[in-house]
Amino acid sequence: MNEFIGIEHFLVVGAILFVLGVLGIFINRKNVIVILMSVELILLAVNINLVAFSAHMGDLVGQVFAMLVLTVAAAEAAIGLAILVIYYRGRGTIAVDDVNRMKG
Amino acid sequence: MEPILIIVFLPLIAAIVAGVGNRIIGNTAAKVITTGALFISAGLSWPIFLSYLNGVAAPEVVPVLQWVKSGALTFDWELRVDALTAVMLVVINSVSALVHLYSWGYMEDDPDQPRFFSYLSLFTFAMLMLVTAENLVQMFFGWEGVGLASYLLIGYYFRKPSASAAAIKAFVVNRVGDLGFMLGIFGTFLVFQTTSIPEILEAAPGMSGATIGFLGMRLYTMDILCILLFIGAMGKSAQLFLHTWLPDAMEGPTPVSALIHAATMVTAGVFMLCRLSPMFETAPTALMIVTVIGAATCFFAATIGTTQWDIKRVIAYSTCSQLGYMFFAAGVGAYGVAMFHLFTHAFFKALLFLGAGSVIHAMHHEQDMRYYGGLRKEIPITFWAMLIGTLAITGLGVYHLGVGMAGFWSKDAILEVAYARGTPISAMSFWLGVGAALMTSFYSWRLMFLTFWGKPRWIESEHIQHSVHKTPEEAGEDTTGGYHPHESPWVMLVPLILLSIGAVFAGQVFQSGFLDDAEFWDGAIFYNEDLIHAMHAVPYWVKYSAFVVMVLGFAGAYYAYMVKPDVPAKFVARFGWLHKFVFNKWYFDELYDRIFVKPAFWFGRQFWKLGDIGTIDRFGPNGVAWLVARGSVAAKAIQSGYLYTYALIMLLGLIAAVTYVLL
Repeated sequence: MNEFIGIEHFLVVGAILFVLGVLGIFINRKNVIVILMSVELILLAVNINLVAFSAHMGDLVGQVFAMLVLTVAAAEAAIGLAILVIYYRGRGTIAVDDVNRMKG
Repeated sequence: MEPILIIVFLPLIAAIVAGVGNRIIGNTAAKVITTGALFISAGLSWPIFLSYLNGVAAPEVVPVLQWVKSGALTFDWELRVDALTAVMLVVINSVSALVHLYSWGYMEDDPDQPRFFSYLSLFTFAMLMLVTAENLVQMFFGWEGVGLASYLLIGYYFRKPSASAAAIKAFVVNRVGDLGFMLGIFGTFLVFQTTSIPEILEAAPGMSGATIGFLGMRLYTMDILCILLFIGAMGKSAQLFLHTWLPDAMEGPTPVSALIHAATMVTAGVFMLCRLSPMFETAPTALMIVTVIGAATCFFAATIGTTQWDIKRVIAYSTCSQLGYMFFAAGVGAYGVAMFHLFTHAFFKALLFLGAGSVIHAMHHEQDMRYYGGLRKEIPITFWAMLIGTLAITGLGVYHLGVGMAGFWSKDAILEVAYARGTPISAMSFWLGVGAALMTSFYSWRLMFLTFWGKPRWIESEHIQHSVHKTPEEAGEDTTGGYHPHESPWVMLVPLILLSIGAVFAGQVFQSGFLDDAEFWDGAIFYNEDLIHAMHAVPYWVKYSAFVVMVLGFAGAYYAYMVKPDVPAKFVARFGWLHKFVFNKWYFDELYDRIFVKPAFWFGRQFWKLGDIGTIDRFGPNGVAWLVARGSVAAKAIQSGYLYTYALIMLLGLIAAVTYVLL
């Protein structure tokens, strides 16, 4: 591994991506799709961490897990989008501010 | 099988069958079963009584069940039969059987007849339990049983608020007496270590003079025990200060008044006193109190009886007054005489009540004597029965001829024995008794004249107006309003006739047995032979005093209600305050209302408002409910329904969890 780029750099990138994903969920008031994308970002941040540690510690298990997370993320995205399509058909909108039928 | 077991338990079985079967078995079956059971009991009672009267039977005890065995407290359920019990058996079962029969007619239109007859039989069973008691606890069982039956029957017309109120009043006032009775039983057990009556009576003379600490004072043991027991008797027998329930108890159907509130239950106190007479004999102070209370009641109730308008209330006060006679007879030590008056009184008072019931039945349930009048020709058999009852209660009889009605023998004996006793207290009770006899004669004849003589005043009664659909104006000259009283059916007249026979002959036939025969009582009561001899030896003016005041009372009533009917109104105008005082029952009800009822209600309301609502409800159920409601309002605010809110909370939760794990 390059001596200028250490494990810390990977972790910082992962952390930035994670925070971006989280903020994407909270600050976004527009679109449910953006939330789905933010969730992807969070998962990717996790993946970067897994791969970085795997390389750093010479243990392949981390990379295997990363592959698993990717698969799950793909499945989740597919199901999430499918739900959105159905939801849009039903309510005619996928704006986050309109989705509050669970209000107590 | 012992006949006493049949006598006692047949009414119970009948009560259960009629009460549980109720509408399933129907009116006729319930009536036949209960009445039949009572007639069998009555039929079996008379031979027992007669065998004691002839001196061929000895006291016996019939065991039923083992009851309680706990340390020193051991008693069984046993039926005691002796002369005293035999007298009560005859009184209770005969009157009860006749009242059952009478009720066939009187309650004919009632929708709840099985219930009524079941209560009547239940009452009879409880009363039999009371008089056959071998120990005090068993007596208390019967005591409370008759109280319950009395409550149920006074409140029989429970849809009527006044009947419910009267039932509650009877129950609550009796509670006061029962508290005394219970304390008496506890105290007796404490002192004698047994509740068995014969054992107590045997040990009682040895305790005379012993003292006991009570409420921080040193008192004679026997006096305090007997006074406590007498308080119980006062409650049940409606003596002065605890008498207020008896007139109100007239809310019950008239047969009930005849059975319970005249002939049997109210005499339970007298019975108890006689049963425990050897014990009372060791307590001179208690006997003095018994005499004073008895004489005071006898006079006091008679004064009220002279002013009342309700026919049943007049007889109720008369009962109260006659019970006073019995108590002061017992108080001066003549228990046999007290029992004799109890015996004769049962016949003529049941007769008067059933007669009054027959009048009420004829007059379309009107009870106010102001609206009677002239009924002599309309209901002749009832009239003759009532006349016999009146002659019996006023004590018609001539000493030198040796003939007289029931009341003559027993009431005169009481007055004579009170005179013969010779103490200041007994002399006072003698004079009060004579005064009461005067008023007894007056109010009894007043009742007769107002009801059976004079012109009909029926149309002024709302009940009659309702019946003939006329107002007094429409009726005009015809004060009957065209109403025709009808003589009662035979089922009601037969009991009247049988009781009339009792009212005429019960005194004459049985007086020697009850008064002079120590062997008849055979230790069942305390028998003071010297006192009875002294009683027969009183001067003639004493023997004729009751006769003279009876004639005076009759003459007074005849003058005031037949010769010059405006005399009572003039008297009321002249002595308004006196009439008002007596007419309002000496303001006892008002006084008790102020002293006890109002404060009790006030306390109840305070406990309810401050205790129940203010504390328990406020911090208990209501407080918890308030907390939950408020909590859910707060929790609801979090449930915005927006996705990012939930995500934020999840994140915060995650951070908290991670922080916890890391730290």
